[in-house]
Amino acid sequence: MTEVLLEIDNLSVDYETGRGDLKALRNISFSLNKGEIVGIVGESGCGKSTLISSILRLTAPNTRFREGEVRFKGRNLLNISEQDMRSLRGSDISIVFQDPMQTHNPVLTIGRQMLDIQHRSSATKAEKLHRAAEMLSAVGIPDPQARLKQFPHEFSGGMRQRIAIAMALMSEPDLLIADEPTTALDATLEVQIIEHLRSLQQDMNCAVLFISHHLGVIAELCDRVVVMYAGAVVESGDVREIFGNPKHPYTRRLIDCDPGHIKERARVLPTIPGEVPDLANLPKGCIFRERCDQAMPRCTASVPPLQTIAEITGHRAACWLNHEEMAS
Amino acid sequence: MTNSRSELTQIVVGIVRDPLGLVGLLIVGSIVFCAIFAAWIAPYDPVAMNIQARLEGPSLAHPLGTDQLGRDTFSRVIMGSQVALKVALPAVFGAMFIGLALGMIAGYGPKWLDNLLMLLFDTLRSFPTVMFALAVVALVGPSLQTVVLVVMATSIPTYARVARTQTLSLRNSEFILAERAMGASVFRILGVHMLPNIIGVLAVLAAMDIPTVIALEAGLSFLGLGVKPPTPSWGALLKDGYALIRQTPWLVVGGGLPVILATLGFTFFGETMRDVVDPKLRKQR
Amino acid sequence: MSLLQVQDLKTSYGKVNVLAGVSFQVEPGETYALVGESGSGKTTVIRAIAGLAPAQHGSVKFNGMEIRGASERKLRPLRKDIAMMFQDPVGSLSPRLTVGRLITEPYKIQGMKDRDLNLEAKRLLEMVNLPSHFADRFPYQLSGGQARRVGVARALALEPKLILADEPTAGLDVSVQGELLNLLNDLRERLGLAMVIITHNLNVVRHVADRMGIMYLGRLVEEGTTEEIFRASRHPYTRCLLSANSEPDPDARLERIALKGEPPSLLTRPHGCEFRERCPFAHSGCERVPVWEVENGHGLRCLAPLTS
Repeated sequence: MTEVLLEIDNLSVDYETGRGDLKALRNISFSLNKGEIVGIVGESGCGKSTLISSILRLTAPNTRFREGEVRFKGRNLLNISEQDMRSLRGSDISIVFQDPMQTHNPVLTIGRQMLDIQHRSSATKAEKLHRAAEMLSAVGIPDPQARLKQFPHEFSGGMRQRIAIAMALMSEPDLLIADEPTTALDATLEVQIIEHLRSLQQDMNCAVLFISHHLGVIAELCDRVVVMYAGAVVESGDVREIFGNPKHPYTRRLIDCDPGHIKERARVLPTIPGEVPDLANLPKGCIFRERCDQAMPRCTASVPPLQTIAEITGHRAACWLNHEEMAS
Repeated sequence: MTNSRSELTQIVVGIVRDPLGLVGLLIVGSIVFCAIFAAWIAPYDPVAMNIQARLEGPSLAHPLGTDQLGRDTFSRVIMGSQVALKVALPAVFGAMFIGLALGMIAGYGPKWLDNLLMLLFDTLRSFPTVMFALAVVALVGPSLQTVVLVVMATSIPTYARVARTQTLSLRNSEFILAERAMGASVFRILGVHMLPNIIGVLAVLAAMDIPTVIALEAGLSFLGLGVKPPTPSWGALLKDGYALIRQTPWLVVGGGLPVILATLGFTFFGETMRDVVDPKLRKQR
Repeated sequence: MSLLQVQDLKTSYGKVNVLAGVSFQVEPGETYALVGESGSGKTTVIRAIAGLAPAQHGSVKFNGMEIRGASERKLRPLRKDIAMMFQDPVGSLSPRLTVGRLITEPYKIQGMKDRDLNLEAKRLLEMVNLPSHFADRFPYQLSGGQARRVGVARALALEPKLILADEPTAGLDVSVQGELLNLLNDLRERLGLAMVIITHNLNVVRHVADRMGIMYLGRLVEEGTTEEIFRASRHPYTRCLLSANSEPDPDARLERIALKGEPPSLLTRPHGCEFRERCPFAHSGCERVPVWEVENGHGLRCLAPLTS
């Protein structure tokens, strides 16, 4: 039976700025089941970073939670105490960041850092070191015992990212947030990271929230996908549904744009002209309207709600086109 | 959009918006105002003696009392701001510009020149300011110019080092490489592309340095090595006040308060400016 | 005569030889892609061509003229013909200058005082499809895609014959990437530009490059027309790179050729074939040093070549 682990329920987050409130996230809703890999796809300005910092409650001082809840195992993370939150971070919820070159403390050995993050455990130092070595070999670092004595600069970028994954999974978290973990790496290393992530995820049965703008990686790794655009969820559902039968024009065109999709040399590549709208000064109606080639008068009139399209696959999309289709 | 406003206006707006910056700006502004219009603001001639009114406490006629020669302390404080700025501004800005030029040359030039200049800076910096001042005063005698010169010579290395570090870090940035790839001359790279990115940091440093220099001038004058009497300087006031502290505390207050205020004002101003000059930081505010 | 001819280019920093002899040519109007993992030396190659990185050995001929190690004075007139684009779209723009000043800088640097800079700025912005009021913006006010277009406008200001572009699509969103590639393709055709593009994104290469060279540890290991490389590459490393490309399709059957480990350190180059330790197809014969062999315009440095 699937059990919901993380549930983002109608979350709206603003940033107070000199130009007025920047509406970074608007009515975000999606959930993540135990042991599931959910991908969040979105380009710059879609609100990925705000979402992650909201889940971890590591937000900037000018952040305002306007409405909604972030429920983790049934508890609303937005109103538990700072102490409770701290004990969740790094043990139940872990994170792997984008830039492997800045993740580690440069003046401590990898072994030291891997010991430090086990501070909650009552095991002996030898046991902790053994566990650290085990994790390193699980992510494919050869000769882990010796490598524990080395400093971060003695590892390549790909290795550092694998170490970061090892460290994040050391506490056997229920949820791993992977924030563009392969963006800074070459494609060959990206493949390695994905493979390790997948096999470890299966061994530990932890859920992964995988954030990336790289459609190919999302398609390869994830069970379900949430597509975000300019601070809103525009489509979500099973990975095959999203890639095979996209129901939102943004999703559709984003997939079209991916050059991995186009096998023959193209004279003109597809694009989505225009820019992400200013979130401090939201346009009326659908957020994607200005860049959408299928916009109708209705799209200006009001914001389309995220509506269920197929109950079985949980496919949902926020577009008036689907309403028209269903009506007719 | 904000880009219709000039960068200077944005900096001023940024400073005024921050409460600390506003306080700093007000204090700095009033010191500058006092210095410029000292002759009109001061109710009495700051060097006019009145033996009948010696060492008086505060009154309506003399808000901060009078000194041992019956001179009006308030008028001397006001006139003292002139001396303070006459020393601080040329010394700090002189040091800043010379330091900036030398630092950028050291950072962008060949390695041997960098080594040579760094040796020079380190040598200069190893002199303790007060000792150095004593030596120079002994040689050329106490005067306003001497104080300016001493302060300048000892603070050039600080500015140069900061300018050098900034230059070094910018040197390999992509936008400088891009300029080199277009064939931009060294002068163009340093003047048009590096300077605007370095000067902000130095200006902040300078703003925070001004109170130090004002205090130093006061200190040197206190030791009798700075401005010669009867010129009213805050340091000279403090010195007189120190000697007469049993008779009247008002001289010390008159000399000390402006030094403290100036220090706080310029520091607040400088710190706010540091956050405001960076266009990227400004965007986030 | 080739527009650009690079012959046995070698660069080392102390004991680390970053480039161990790179040779290739670019014809007028042609787009050549240099592909490889980070650390393969591809960035050093174009920086060495532009005189921004040292090259102790070899030759770089532009229009038949030797420019390796040339003085800045000798290079300056050539800077009109060779423009460069750097990786970071925003970071390669001087942060305190407006877009208008940035894109007209080449005229000032080349001392073209007779130009009306406002007019030129307008023309250049139009060329890269940016509205003319962008001339007043600062780099930090631009999105990645806009900043990249400003970079293109600046590179095109003096109507160069050759553009050296370092990861031109790095840091761009997928939806904007195509826009930039279309722009480059279009400008190339209209202006007859030749380009050297560096990238690790093979999906991009396919749509812009005529020919491509694959680099490993500071050497070319394979070279051919883009079409040929994608269809019938022979070097195992090229195959690995090609197979690492993902597709936005969950049911795509990816025949991955797993690459073992990571690129070795340049300080301890392996003996024999330098790819041997990571190569899934290596055999005992690979302990010899492979030589560069060219057959029908297809270059290869491999002792265990694959057949299609």
